[in-house]
Amino acid sequence: MRIPAPAWIAVVGLALATVPYFKLPAFYESFMYLIFHWVVLATSWNILSGYSGYFSFGHGAFFGIGMYTTATLAGKFDVPFLWTLLAAAAVAALIGAALGWVVFRVPKLRGELFALITLAVTFVIGTIILNTPIDGGPGIYLNSVPLPAIMPTPSGTFYFLALVTAIATVSIAYAIHRAKLGTGLFAIHDDEDVAEVMGVPTFGYKLAAFAISCALAGIAGGIQAMFVSYVTMGDTFSIVVPLNVVLMSVLGGTRHWFGPAVGATAITALLYGFTAGDFAVAGRAAIGLILIVAILFLPEGLLGRFGRRRPQRSPSQPGVAAGLAATPAAPPKAEPGARTLLEVHGLSKAFKGVQALDGVGLEVRPGEILGLVGPNGSGKSTLINVVSGHYRADQGRIVFQGRELGGVEAHRIAHAGIARTYQIPRPFAHLSVIQNVALPARFGRAALDSAAATREARFWLEFTGLAAKADALPEDLNLHERKFLELARALASRPSLLLLDEVLSGLTPSEIDGAIRTIRAIRDRGATIVFVEHVMRAVMELTDRIVVLNYGRVIAEGSPTEVMRRPEVVTAYLGKPHA
Amino acid sequence: MNLPSLTLLGQSLLSGIFIGALYGLLGLGLSLSWGMLRQINLAHFALAFLGAYLTYQLASAGMDPLATLLVILPCFFAFGVALHWVFARFSISPFNSLLVTFGVTVIIESLIQWIWTADYRRLESHYGEMKFRIGTLFVPFPELLTLLVAIALSLATWAALRYTDLGKALRAAAEDAPIAAAFGVNERALALLLSGLAAAFAGVAGACLALSYTLAPSQIYAWVGVVFAAVMIGGLGNPIGPLVAGIVIGVSEALTMALTAPAWAPLVSFSLLIVVLLARPRKF
Repeated sequence: MRIPAPAWIAVVGLALATVPYFKLPAFYESFMYLIFHWVVLATSWNILSGYSGYFSFGHGAFFGIGMYTTATLAGKFDVPFLWTLLAAAAVAALIGAALGWVVFRVPKLRGELFALITLAVTFVIGTIILNTPIDGGPGIYLNSVPLPAIMPTPSGTFYFLALVTAIATVSIAYAIHRAKLGTGLFAIHDDEDVAEVMGVPTFGYKLAAFAISCALAGIAGGIQAMFVSYVTMGDTFSIVVPLNVVLMSVLGGTRHWFGPAVGATAITALLYGFTAGDFAVAGRAAIGLILIVAILFLPEGLLGRFGRRRPQRSPSQPGVAAGLAATPAAPPKAEPGARTLLEVHGLSKAFKGVQALDGVGLEVRPGEILGLVGPNGSGKSTLINVVSGHYRADQGRIVFQGRELGGVEAHRIAHAGIARTYQIPRPFAHLSVIQNVALPARFGRAALDSAAATREARFWLEFTGLAAKADALPEDLNLHERKFLELARALASRPSLLLLDEVLSGLTPSEIDGAIRTIRAIRDRGATIVFVEHVMRAVMELTDRIVVLNYGRVIAEGSPTEVMRRPEVVTAYLGKPHA
Repeated sequence: MNLPSLTLLGQSLLSGIFIGALYGLLGLGLSLSWGMLRQINLAHFALAFLGAYLTYQLASAGMDPLATLLVILPCFFAFGVALHWVFARFSISPFNSLLVTFGVTVIIESLIQWIWTADYRRLESHYGEMKFRIGTLFVPFPELLTLLVAIALSLATWAALRYTDLGKALRAAAEDAPIAAAFGVNERALALLLSGLAAAFAGVAGACLALSYTLAPSQIYAWVGVVFAAVMIGGLGNPIGPLVAGIVIGVSEALTMALTAPAWAPLVSFSLLIVVLLARPRKF
């Protein structure tokens, strides 16, 4: 029988909590303290950086803020030590959230730039602390601060405090990994823009993860301040903490909640072993070598293989595919009373002088398939990007079901019931096919819980013929299958308006026939569709009405056969006749 | 607030320019490999220090400190080539290159500490004795040499990238390697060449370090933050940018130290870096 992870954590924690009663030499407790200390720092770092891919090099700053909060409160204002730990967590979380509030708003600050800016913030905070009365230069002594006697000995008390924090941190990392927050963070890791469009509130999630991560680092700092009993700027705000936690997490595996703990234990034990044996220099070199080998040969870490969450394998239900009508998963029928579902007025968008949209106005009626056609560069994809919230319009209004959507964040637009596909498929690379489809079901308009989202995803995989590939990774799919994965993802959120951006491009004629049948089936289930397409056969067969764009303006609108015969439309596609 | 005398201000301005030149020299190789090879070479600093220690060792054995470059540069070039070969072989992402080169940094640091111990080392050479006076200002020769070398290398790199066929091929490969390859550019060989050159630049910076500064293995990390700031502010892959940005940072640090307390200096470079990252991120 499989023992669930929380039970494991509890059993191991209780067993370790008895250690101080064995009255071991203080050396062992201090050694274990160090391991727990690094487990807390590495695991807390991983909650933002490992899960979402925002590698912070500023973890030392929040650790340091925790140290100085405890040192200041306990050393200068005689606040009881344990209370200062709460303050350390709060101050670190607050400063982290403030930093995130600024940094996460700048869309290009990802990857190495995020690492750099967090590192720079570390030095700035360090310099400020050094030059103000918080430290002032000589450091802070904590020798006279009383340590509560939780355990028989002081080293036992430190051991116990670090153990409790470590267990709490690992439990929190586990809970987040399993929760909606974790799913959202993993989606942000793979493709943040797509995650947002599918309904993940990316800004809020990053901020929450960052604040939690900083709070835990702050507690670790507070305990460490008391443990070393002398706090200096130089030892605190250095590059050592961020580099160690990155190394530990990468070695253990950043996609697994327990990876950083494994890495932290291994590295700390290794370092300690070398220091104890007077081979400190060789120990450091060995760590450098381990890091290199780990990145080159084990890029996903020791636990990387097991890190990918396997979806619960529910036995595939044969009845589902046959009984399409009987399923609860149908997109809701648009209310027949409403005359328009989506209205766009005077929409404009320019990119560095190129006027991609120039005062576009159109309306989408409930239950119809509206074809959006036009030559390359006429603004069709830009229109979809603006309506789905990926770009903000320079001018104009977007009204969806009577609600103003101009300037609304993309995830709220998804919640309102608009879903889209991407012309070039953008699946979440590290999530399985079924996880890819379950994500919008969980985060989009439907807002299902985890189990229901998986059921919903399975249904749409059957519908699009991808059921056999449910547990594959997107890289194992061919283009045709990826296009259908896009479709399944868009459908799984149960949208009231579906924006299809060239789902047929690049498919063979027979694949197009299949796709046309599928889209017709979607419409028969009551969805409203905006259909951007170059394949005119499909446009003529599927659409009720078409709008023709050229140079960002609407040049024609009406029934497909009539509009495509108009001279201005022919000119836009083929140029002026010279006769 | 007491304003320091004009001489003192002039002297700190000058020392700001000199240290800025070293920031720029260290940043040149870093910027090239980051901007054109998408490889963030943290080991660049360790390599520069290894070069400095080698200069120190060879010069102590009787060689002219500048002549040591004849030995050091070919070895460093080979190292740079080997490093990029490994990166290309394992197709390392930019972020992972940062981690791998951190590993290399730690190994080189341990090596330095093992051979030369953690004690401070100072190269005594006849260059160190050479000093000028311009008016009331005092100009040490090693620092002046660093400035001249930094200007010469930056300009030469800029001209080579801009005007030679090899340079144009390099820029094309940096822009879009597969397309450049399709047009007959041997981008793999070029990448190896560039990585080798960047490492050789670290060797040059190392010699300048050895001439002007006291060496200790732990000093490797002291330069990382500021030089990264100079590289980011100067623009990735821009051969002139790190020098200009380095001097701007150096001068503002020196003035901060002269006008307030020396310990405030790091605030300048890192605040500059933060502002640059927040304000114009699209450039990168």
